[in-house]
Amino acid sequence: MEQTFDLQWIDYAIMLIYFVFVLGIGWVLKRYMKDANAFLEAGRSMPAWVAGLAFISTNLGALEVMGMTGSGAKYGMMTTDFYWIGAIPAMIFLAIFMMPFYYGSKARSVPEYLKLRFDEKTRGLNAILFAVMTILASGISMYALAILMEKVLGWDFNLSLILSAAIVLGYTYLGGLSSAIYNEVLQFFIIVIGLFPIVYLSLHEVGGWHGLKESLEPIVTNKGFAADAFTTTWKYSGAAKSNPMGVEWYSIAAGLGFVLSFGYWCTNFLIVQRAMAAESPVAARKTPLIGALPKMFIPFLIIVPGIVALVLMNNPTSGFSITDPVTGQPNYDLTIIMLLKHYLPAGVLGLGLTALLASFMSGMAGNVSAFNTVWTYDIYQSYIRPVTSDKEADSKHYLKVGRLATIFGVLVSIAAAYLAGLFGNIMDFLQTIFSMINAPLFAVIALGMFWKRTTGHAAFIGLLAGFTIALLHHGLTAPMGATTLVKGGWLGIVHVYPVEMAQNFWTAIFAFVTSASLTIGLSLTTKKIKTDEELVGLVYSLTPRSGMNDGKWISRPSTLAWLVGIIAIILTILFW
Amino acid sequence: MLDIRIPIGLLFAVLGVLVLAFGIATNSDPEMYVKSMQININLWSGVFMTLFGAFMLIWVKMTKKAE
Repeated sequence: MEQTFDLQWIDYAIMLIYFVFVLGIGWVLKRYMKDANAFLEAGRSMPAWVAGLAFISTNLGALEVMGMTGSGAKYGMMTTDFYWIGAIPAMIFLAIFMMPFYYGSKARSVPEYLKLRFDEKTRGLNAILFAVMTILASGISMYALAILMEKVLGWDFNLSLILSAAIVLGYTYLGGLSSAIYNEVLQFFIIVIGLFPIVYLSLHEVGGWHGLKESLEPIVTNKGFAADAFTTTWKYSGAAKSNPMGVEWYSIAAGLGFVLSFGYWCTNFLIVQRAMAAESPVAARKTPLIGALPKMFIPFLIIVPGIVALVLMNNPTSGFSITDPVTGQPNYDLTIIMLLKHYLPAGVLGLGLTALLASFMSGMAGNVSAFNTVWTYDIYQSYIRPVTSDKEADSKHYLKVGRLATIFGVLVSIAAAYLAGLFGNIMDFLQTIFSMINAPLFAVIALGMFWKRTTGHAAFIGLLAGFTIALLHHGLTAPMGATTLVKGGWLGIVHVYPVEMAQNFWTAIFAFVTSASLTIGLSLTTKKIKTDEELVGLVYSLTPRSGMNDGKWISRPSTLAWLVGIIAIILTILFW
Repeated sequence: MLDIRIPIGLLFAVLGVLVLAFGIATNSDPEMYVKSMQININLWSGVFMTLFGAFMLIWVKMTKKAE
């Protein structure tokens, strides 16, 4: 691998202009940040399309862009399982069935919904785990980006880390959630427009989709798969061995399509916060659906170029390589940036790098703005300084706390990024562990929303037990050929999965089933403390459903949901 | 509050004109577009971004008029 590449003045100019705009938005919004509500909740004022694009942009962080392009090279079109089955059904479910309660309950965060629906201890558990997980995730993605910039652009690790963190801090400190959301919309367009040239050029080189299929045939057969295994999704999912991902259709459907995706999209406050900032109940329901429209097509932006990268890697004359000079192994995280390097001349190259920086910033700002809200409302206001009778002074006080939490969050993220550099394995491990929180959380929230009998004690125990089972499952199983205990088996190995992905799917499935069945069982045996009157607006059967689907039929949430669902099905069939 | 379409429109208009001008200036440079298979990708990106930026700004103008 040729080490670094030189950038010209124009590339730097593009990045600089982008930074000026990002900070400028924060600066302009600063004067609207008069109280905690404006700063932490964007005053519930966002139009649906703005909230919707921010919703999807937060999800389109640097780890997503790097990871999915790499997965394209590794697994081919099967990677789209993370989108068409692994995101769209959950996004529709969130929009249609869950948003009315998240939004209508007036909860300011997901932990606060748990407090309103169940009790204080369930909220506390979720709030603390979420706060830690968010900061950790932010630090890990900062590390990933800075190390990439160092390896490929030769930028100083410390400088790119501190500089990008400072910019994110700048605009989130100035304009709070509004600024994060506005910038996410801007970043969404930058990411799409900045990465589009590699989609066009890479497909042009291999002769379009048809040419790509032909070029893949010898490579894929050589790997021991059917010739079209990298350009199809479900066709070879009948047996784990015959598809590149190494998982069967039922693991994908249950693990990814249900437990993992519903856990992520329907309970992660980072995501839900964008919809909570929408201007009306209808806009809040539309937010995930508007986000789902571009989400379905993101595979063509990042996965397809990744598949072309596989062709390039196998063509010695292309000069394209993602081999790590130190280990001699392919480093799939490098795929996206090596594609930028391979195809883009000065000018659009600066644009492509700006897109990568934008994806990083949207992810990190999402983490920081979710962290400061949970910290201020669910931890500080609940346990450290409760509200007083003086509303005005309170609002000023919590605004200050929210601002300080923003600075604190960024500083701890930076520390986490350095820890990730020092103890990479431990951070990987922690990330795996925290990814296990969502599956039981979904079980508990869904039961709480749709079954009025669910009690607080049952929810709390269900959450804890689901998490414990996830840990045990991870500790007792390992993926084939695992060399470190980070991948599992740290309690002894009872079962070996063919691939890590299968292990992750089953960890989530076990956690979900345990949590759901315990919560149901305990709800039936513990006393229902909250009365039906207290649960209005929080539970499906007790909430009047008016004003949730207003508007002309064409712009109703339900119409949009059908549209999204049908497009996802068509795409699935086209690339079956 | 600030209309987000304004900064989006301005950003892409500025970047579009910049990249378009760069594309025109480098059009006759044979070395420049070897990577992109002799496609002047700056020209095309520049045109597209300028149009997109202009579209956003016109959209804002039109909704302002309607009000």
